[in-house]
Amino acid sequence: MIALDQVTKRYGDTVSLDSLSLHIKEGEFFGLLGPNGAGKTTLIRIISALTVPTSGRVLVAGEPVNRNNTKFKSQIGLVPQHNNLEPELTVVENLQLHGMLYGIPKKESAGRIKELLDFTRLTDKADTQVGKLSGGMKRKLLIARALMHKPAILLLDEPTVGLDVSSRRKVWDLIKGLHKRGITIVLTTHYLEEAEALCTKIGLLKKGRLLMSGSLDELKNMVGPVVVEQFYNDKTVLYFYKDQKEALKAASSMGEGITVRQSRLEDIFVKLTEEKSE
Amino acid sequence: MSGFLAVLWREYLFFKRRFWTITTSSMVAPLLYLITFGWGLGRSVNLSGVDYINFLVPGIVALSTMNTSFNAIATPLSIARLYDKTLEEYMVAPITILSFAAGKIVAGAMRGIYAALIIITISFIFGARLEINVLFLALMFLNCLVFSSLGFLVALKIKSHPDMARFNNFVITPMIFICGTFFSLDRVPEIMRHVINVLPLTPASQGLRAVALGGEIPLWAPAVQIAYLLLFTGWGLYVCNRVE
Repeated sequence: MIALDQVTKRYGDTVSLDSLSLHIKEGEFFGLLGPNGAGKTTLIRIISALTVPTSGRVLVAGEPVNRNNTKFKSQIGLVPQHNNLEPELTVVENLQLHGMLYGIPKKESAGRIKELLDFTRLTDKADTQVGKLSGGMKRKLLIARALMHKPAILLLDEPTVGLDVSSRRKVWDLIKGLHKRGITIVLTTHYLEEAEALCTKIGLLKKGRLLMSGSLDELKNMVGPVVVEQFYNDKTVLYFYKDQKEALKAASSMGEGITVRQSRLEDIFVKLTEEKSE
Repeated sequence: MSGFLAVLWREYLFFKRRFWTITTSSMVAPLLYLITFGWGLGRSVNLSGVDYINFLVPGIVALSTMNTSFNAIATPLSIARLYDKTLEEYMVAPITILSFAAGKIVAGAMRGIYAALIIITISFIFGARLEINVLFLALMFLNCLVFSSLGFLVALKIKSHPDMARFNNFVITPMIFICGTFFSLDRVPEIMRHVINVLPLTPASQGLRAVALGGEIPLWAPAVQIAYLLLFTGWGLYVCNRVE
């Protein structure tokens, strides 16, 4: 569905993506994780033709990605990290504008708007100017807008950043519902619990390179499904083992401040991102 | 085509919402020019047998259509790119860059035409007697398109908001005064006159004046403006294809 082949993006001397290759299959819920500056947003922007790669090839639904290729664009729905709604237009006008840009007939567009406002529970805000909405409502409207043209692929760039816990959960439920409907989703996030709760496959990015990708279980098996956590010299150190027996044997010789447990995504993230920078 | 219509519709909503602000701000500068130069010098000054107010109004129409069309696109589009990020919605949508650019440029030109119609109405109240015909309107629209396309290009090229103010200070404002809007270029030194003649506003003020005063339109005027329109639009499309 989405194929990146040796994609590099440079801004002067800074390399944002470094010969990155990635394949995302139809129906997958792919999470992109990485520390700040890892290249997550650049990757999303390249897939949606907002950023032109310095080199490499990008295909979406078999179509080459470029700004004038309208075929691939109609397949994509983008929820950007920042709010890019028209602030002077109302909720409905923003959706109408999107419908016009995507060539949706007026009658069909009106029906979709009603449906999406209901889905995102924004019906009572239909005629409110976007500038007067709360942060959570704007996020929901961004999702509604991205769904107006029924995209096959939804790109979500940190969709819950800055939201309170309750709003975040509501957005999660929305996204889960969309994946159930068969939409391919690519999500970037800083929240590891978000990726753990939502994604079927996860890729770890650092300094523009894909360190590892797979399902959560695959990632755990690659690094070690059992972890021994030791608090030593005011620092927590993690040791990964392939099974419980091996972990307990190692822990017995480590002294005090030891915890043996199943590894979590957070452990894998810390191990990989710290390991590679050493 | 859907992209072109969508852009126009968005601009129409913006215009409708800010109707009074747009209308009054379109009137301020030309009204001041008409009061100071029109009433002040008005019929007491005669240029080659023409009342100064009749000489002045086509120049004011040229500079106002330039200002309005340029600023109707340049400022909002630069804000949409640098601050609101709303430009991204158009770049992601399945529309061609050409349809987006055409929508913006035509919308900017329509705003210029609106401003010009206000000025022409006011100038008649001030006692100007001019020949406003189809050719005059066509030249006016061409001028609007030229500066709307320049606004499109500049909005995509600048790196920050102060850059826009600098462009206005160093390019747009000087043209208001030197491109034959307030005075005849006949008395300008020949070398300077050649330079001024190829600035994008000069053909508009010269052409509009010729038609309004019942003279023959100098053919170089629309030719130069069409060349500028093609240059700014082509360059704008090139930049828009790469802008991030």
